[in-house]
This record gives sequence, structure tokens and C-alpha cells, in this order.
Amino acid sequence: MPYTPQLRELVKQVEASRAERIKKGPFRRMTMDERDEVLKNFHPDFIEASMRPLSVGVNKGDRVPHEFADLIEARSRIEGLGFDLENFAYDVDVLVVGGGGAGASAALIAQEQGADVLIVTKLRFGDANTVMAQGGIQAADKEGDSPAKHYLDVMGGGRFENVPELVSALTLDAPLALKWLEDLGAMFDKFPDGTMKSIHGGGTSRKRMHSARDYSGAEIMRTLRDEVRNRAIRVIEFCAAVELLLDEEGKVGGAVLYNMETGEYEIVRAKSVILAVGGSGRLEYQGFPTTNHYGATADGLVMGYRAGAELAFMHTMQYHPTGAAYPPQIIGLLITEKVRGLGAEPVNIDGEQFVYHLETRDVAAAAIIREIKERRKGIAVPGGMIGVWLDSPMIDLLYGAGTVARELPAMVRQFARFGVDIINEPMLVYPALHYQNGGLLIDENGLTNVQNLYAVGEVAGGIHGGNRLMGNSLLDIVVFGRRAGAHAGAAAKEIKVKKLSLNYLQAFQRELEAVGADTGGRVSPILLPRYTHRMTSA
Amino acid sequence: MESDLKMVNIYVMGKKYLVPDSLTIMHAMEYAGYQLVRGCGCRAGFCGACATVFRIHGDYDLKVGLACQTKVEPEMYLTQIPFFPAQKSEYKLGELKPTAAQIAQFYPEIYRCIGCNACTKICPQDLKVMQYIAYAQRGQIDRCADESFDCVMCGLCASRCPAQIVHFNVGILARRLYSRHLLPPAGHLQSRVAEIESGKFAVEMTELVNASKETLRKLYASREIED
Ligand SMILES: Cc1cc2nc3c(=O)[nH]c(=O)nc-3n(C[C@H](O)[C@H](O)[C@H](O)COP(=O)(O)OP(=O)(O)OC[C@H]3O[C@@H](n4cnc5c(N)ncnc54)[C@H](O)[C@@H]3O)c2cc1C
Ligand code: FES
Repeated sequence: MPYTPQLRELVKQVEASRAERIKKGPFRRMTMDERDEVLKNFHPDFIEASMRPLSVGVNKGDRVPHEFADLIEARSRIEGLGFDLENFAYDVDVLVVGGGGAGASAALIAQEQGADVLIVTKLRFGDANTVMAQGGIQAADKEGDSPAKHYLDVMGGGRFENVPELVSALTLDAPLALKWLEDLGAMFDKFPDGTMKSIHGGGTSRKRMHSARDYSGAEIMRTLRDEVRNRAIRVIEFCAAVELLLDEEGKVGGAVLYNMETGEYEIVRAKSVILAVGGSGRLEYQGFPTTNHYGATADGLVMGYRAGAELAFMHTMQYHPTGAAYPPQIIGLLITEKVRGLGAEPVNIDGEQFVYHLETRDVAAAAIIREIKERRKGIAVPGGMIGVWLDSPMIDLLYGAGTVARELPAMVRQFARFGVDIINEPMLVYPALHYQNGGLLIDENGLTNVQNLYAVGEVAGGIHGGNRLMGNSLLDIVVFGRRAGAHAGAAAKEIKVKKLSLNYLQAFQRELEAVGADTGGRVSPILLPRYTHRMTSA
Repeated sequence: MESDLKMVNIYVMGKKYLVPDSLTIMHAMEYAGYQLVRGCGCRAGFCGACATVFRIHGDYDLKVGLACQTKVEPEMYLTQIPFFPAQKSEYKLGELKPTAAQIAQFYPEIYRCIGCNACTKICPQDLKVMQYIAYAQRGQIDRCADESFDCVMCGLCASRCPAQIVHFNVGILARRLYSRHLLPPAGHLQSRVAEIESGKFAVEMTELVNASKETLRKLYASREIED
């Protein structure tokens, strides 16, 4: 939908101040105190009323978003169904749950160890957050850079709360992971002599962001998926895991699977289970639109937590400052950081810039929310959203005509499809829920505190502390996917699964009853969001 | 807002629904009451899960689009193709040669291309699909890799091909051949891997892992940033 006449009028204010803004040069950066203040008052993580303490389980008392607590304080999908747990449809060494980048990496390496591997995934293999990553993947592989420098950047980004051993594994393995991908034939951006092209990302001290045009995650996913198929690893699509199985010794021993199409349940016995189910953006915490794929519904956190695995950093989410607020067809669509990187400034309804265009994600998001909520300088758009301008036409003025078209082809295409010309018209943006910083706490091998249960990728927590830097997530899925695959694959020979049971689940439900938790008719994991009869939002 | 919505009729697998004209096909199906299971992945034009075929009433022309990226039109008849039964060859990438003969060994049907260009016309990503197949035929692996790069593997090209070529699988083979066998490996990456494996960074890393938060903060604040 092109801009309405009212919005066109407002665009004139942005155009009117443009020359002046360019002449004045960059807006002032916030001081440390100003940053703290805007975060504390406006960042969604700091809104007390948006969270509550978990009433049961390992992390009882920890504050988490209501939307997530609702899934923990809910009934299991399989309650009362009565399965014959000895009647398994599959009996494997390693069960990988989730067909994104983390799951594919884990499966490949586990199979190399000689393990019999099964991947089950809720949508198609590769329909995942991994394919959506545009920006890139970090690794300290150039002269002048080092794993130690990378380590410091990760810790600083994570507010020094990260688990040190995990960051060490992440940064030391990063070049190994990249080399592995290169050998698998992933088409990274390179100079003719083979040198990788690399640039800065938010919070990096060295240019170590590697990319594959603006399809970085897609290229990694396509390559890994092709390799999984080459090695004939079994993959079952449209098959979700809905609950884990523990054996009588408390070790994980398999899972209950759910056929998304027929609605049938099946049992899989496995010597170990690798949860690689990704994030939870589709819970749309505090009503934020999300950049995440359709299946990002926190299933892994729910299953793992019920089985006794510990959570970490569930109180922090990453909100990307620039999700699309218009046109309505693409609300929540990620507008890559590169748009700001190239010089596009955030501007309010009066055409005034209100924040330096390169502030970190958390600060930029909070500043946009302040501009709208407190200063009331947002722009109301048809459909009920309020946004601010991101002045993309500045880019061509700064760097010459043709820059936007050349540097941001995917963005130009995405907006043009719905009638907005970002080369000549500013974009309307609002923060979008982007990434789950925390998750199931793991060790260097990706193991949770439940024996033989691994968690890798976005479902895992601890690596990124309170805030992940761009480019370290594509990295962690490969690094910890490979580590978990290697560990689980090697361990399989020694593991004996005893009698399987769901007693732990009953105990968990009893605990809920004991504390009088109101499960309000809710059932989890939810598997898919319900969007029927909804009008907008990507 | 609701009241000034312009509504249009669409037909999902032949059944009629009245939906706001501003919606994408995906939103319109949800608006109509479908809980999507197949045919929906990233919802943002990256995964290729939502390939959709449609025709406007009265027009013989069969059109296509990604459901998440295409707006509904009045009198649109549509159905999704969320799965396409395509053949994929299995190979060991390291043992292959980046030649036309190699591609032909796995996908001999590329030489049956009759030049109808249906693949290019149907591609929702506007790729020159027939062109990249021509590059593959001629052994121009680098150009095939480049031209096919934005492919989301939705399968629409293969669904239209009279020669039964599975273009997207040829594309990924070309990209992997190119990256593994034609692009030189990154020298700096190789040396860094060797350094890590020799334990060069072990001591420094152990120190950092054991450092106090205070020390880390100081190191972080004083680190120099590359221009
Ligand atoms: C728009 C966008 C842009 C991004 N850009 C970058 C970037 O530039 N750099 C970067 O480093 N990171 C980026 N990220 C983050 C990064 O892409 C993800 O965090 C990462 O790819 C997650 O990988 P994963 O394998 O853990 O999960 P996913 O890739 O999400 O895969 C999880 C899979 O598990 C499946 N699944 C879910 N539940 C179940 C279940 N119950 N049973 C079976 N299967 C299930 C899902 O369907 C999915 O296929 C971006 C993320 C988004 C959304
Ligand atoms: S849902 Fe992924 S391309 Fe449309």
C-alpha cells in the first residue's frame, strides 16, 4: 500500500529538514548515563509489569515474560493420552529436534562419529530463523584480530554476564566453524585471491563480520541442508517433538513426536536428544511484532524445563530497533542494520532527528519507544501502529545516486512490492522482537543439566549473557551444533537407555497444582501461533 | 479503519472468501480462517515455503508468487504448492570436479532444455533461471553460481519445466562446486585454524576466562577499535 495522502504530507517535514541534518553532521551520541536512563525507562526488558516469577521448576522465582510463564504454567499436550512407551516407531542413537542451522550442524557431525541420527522438524527442513539472517557471521580469522579480541567484544556486548567457558569455546572455535563451512562449499563473499570480505557489526572491535551477500543465513542453511541430504541422514518434516522422555534413571531417552498433518503421536527412543528448536519470537512478548519465522514458539524451552533443565537469561530479549511499521503487509519485517549503517537517520513526526543513527540496538529501540510513548512524536499509520521515520533517501544524498539500489536490493524489492519506494521515500519503523538472548543453560559440549540432553542454537542460553551481538548467533549455531554432535555421537556407544517414563511430567503437573498455578485452560508447547482472522503483521 | 476496508473476493482452492484487498495471500488465507501448517515458513520472502499459483477470473494466464510477498487481487483463484517432488543427486563434494561433465553426470536432463524460458518467467525472485542452466550446460560454473544466488528453492521453476529439469538443485550444486573448487580457500583462515590447533591462544584465553569482571571491563573500555 503506497503512503496515504496524510502520510505524504508528513513526509514533507522529513524532506524539509534533510539538507539541514546533512549539513549539521551526525547527531550527538548519548553519554553512558543517558543510555542507562533511556534503557531503564523505555527498554521492554525493564518493564516490571511485563514479567512475573516462575512458580515452579528449577528456576522457580526467576522473573520471565508473562507470555513465557503462561506456557510453563500450562498443561501438557499429551496429558491423559496414555502411550505405550515401549512401542517406539524409531530407535536411534541421536535424535536431533529442529531442522535449522544448529540441528543440521549437529546431525552432520554426530553421523560422522558413526551414530545413527534422526532429525525431526516442525515445518520444512530449513524453514527456520537461520534462513532469514541477512547480516553475517563473526569469526576472528584475520591478521590483527584474535579469539581473545572477539572474546572481549562478546563479553562487553553481553554486559559481562556471559558464561566465560562458553564464550571461550565460541570464539576459539569460530575460525574452525567458518573453515568447515568453507569446505562444505558455502559461498562467502571473497576477493579473487580467496580472502574473505569482512566488515564491522554492532559492538565489534575488528572487522570480522563475514557474509554471503544479504543472504548469509540462507546460504549457510542451503549448504548444510544439501549436505544432510547427501549423507542420507533421515529427516522427518512436519513432525514436532512435543515432550521429552526420561528413563528410570532420570536420563533423557527419547521424545514424543506429533505429526503436524495427521495429528498422530509416535514414540522415538534415543540415547541422546539434541534440542535445536530455535527461539520464541512468535510469542510476541508485550505485543511486539516479530522478525522471527512462523515456528519460533519456545517449544524447546517448555519441553526442556519440564524435564528439569535449567534456564538462564530468560528475562532479556533482543528488540531490533527497525522492524517495518508500514506497509501493513510487512509489519515486523526486519529492516537490516545496514540501512542505519549507511547513514539513514531516525526522524520524528516533525522531521527532527532524536537519536544518533548508530546507537546499539537496545538503546536505539528504547529511544524510538520514548519518542513515541513519552514525547508523542510518533507517526500513526493506518492499521493502528505508531512508528518513526527512518530516512533512507539520505543514503543516496550522502553516497551518490544508486547507492540504495546497489547496497540494499532485498529491502528495495520488499518495499516496492507493496508500493513504497525507499530510494525516494523514508521508511516507517518500530522496534520488533528479534532474538531470545537466553534459553536452556548449557556447558561447552552443549549439554544441559539433564543427562544426555543437549540444547544448541537459539534455544540455548549463557553464551551471549544479557545481549547478543549481531553475527554471533549464526556462529553459535554452528560451533555448538558441531560440539554437541561430536559429543553425543561419541557418547552413544556407551549409553544404555533404561525403561522410559513420563513420571517427571506428572510430577511437574502436580507441582503446578500444589502451588495453585492458574493454567487457565492453556496447553503447551503451542507449536504454531494462531493467526486465523488476523489482519496484519508479517 | 475496519469500515473503510475495501473487500475483494478470492477463491482458495475454489472456495470463495471475502477479504480486505490490502492483505497478502498469506494473510488473506489466515483472515479467511486457515490455520496454515504447510505453505508458511519465514513469512518474509526468504524460505520459499509459500509458493502459490493463481489465475485471475477471465484471464487464461497462470501466475505465481510467494504468498507472503504477494497481495491479493479481485477474483483471484489460488492454490499453494508447498512441496514439489524433486530429484536430488547425492554426491561427495570433495571428490567432484567443477566441470560441465560433472553436473551432467548428476543432472543430465539439463541438456534437454528446449529454451521455452518458462522457468525464468515463473521465478518469484526474478532470477534468470534459464540463463543459469545455460551456464551450467557450458561449464560456466562461476556464472551459474552467481546468477542462481538469490534462489529460495521454492520449486516453482521445476514445476513448469517441460524438460523436467530441477533447476534449484543444479544451482546449489554449482554454488558448492564454485565455492569449494574454483574460489581459492581463504589463506588467513587456514593459518588461523593452524594457530588455534597448535594452542597458540590457549594461555591468553585461560587468563581471560579467569579474569574478574573488573579486569574485563577495563580491558573492554580500553580496547582499540579498527577503523
Ligand atoms: C530476520 C532475522 C535476521 C537475523 N540476522 C542474523 C545475522 O545477521 N547474524 C546472526 O548471527 N544472527 C542473525 N539472526 C539470528 C539467527 O539467525 C538465529 O538465532 C539462528 O539462526 C537460530 O538458529 P537455530 O538453528 O537455533 O534455530 P532455527 O534456525 O530457528 O531452527 C529451529 C528449527 O526448529 C524447528 N522447531 C521448532 N520447534 C520444534 C519442535 N517442537 N519440534 C521440531 N522442530 C521444531 C523450527 O521449525 C526450525 O526449523 C537473525 C534472525 C532473524 C529472525
Ligand atoms: S513464507 Fe518464507 S518465503 Fe514466504
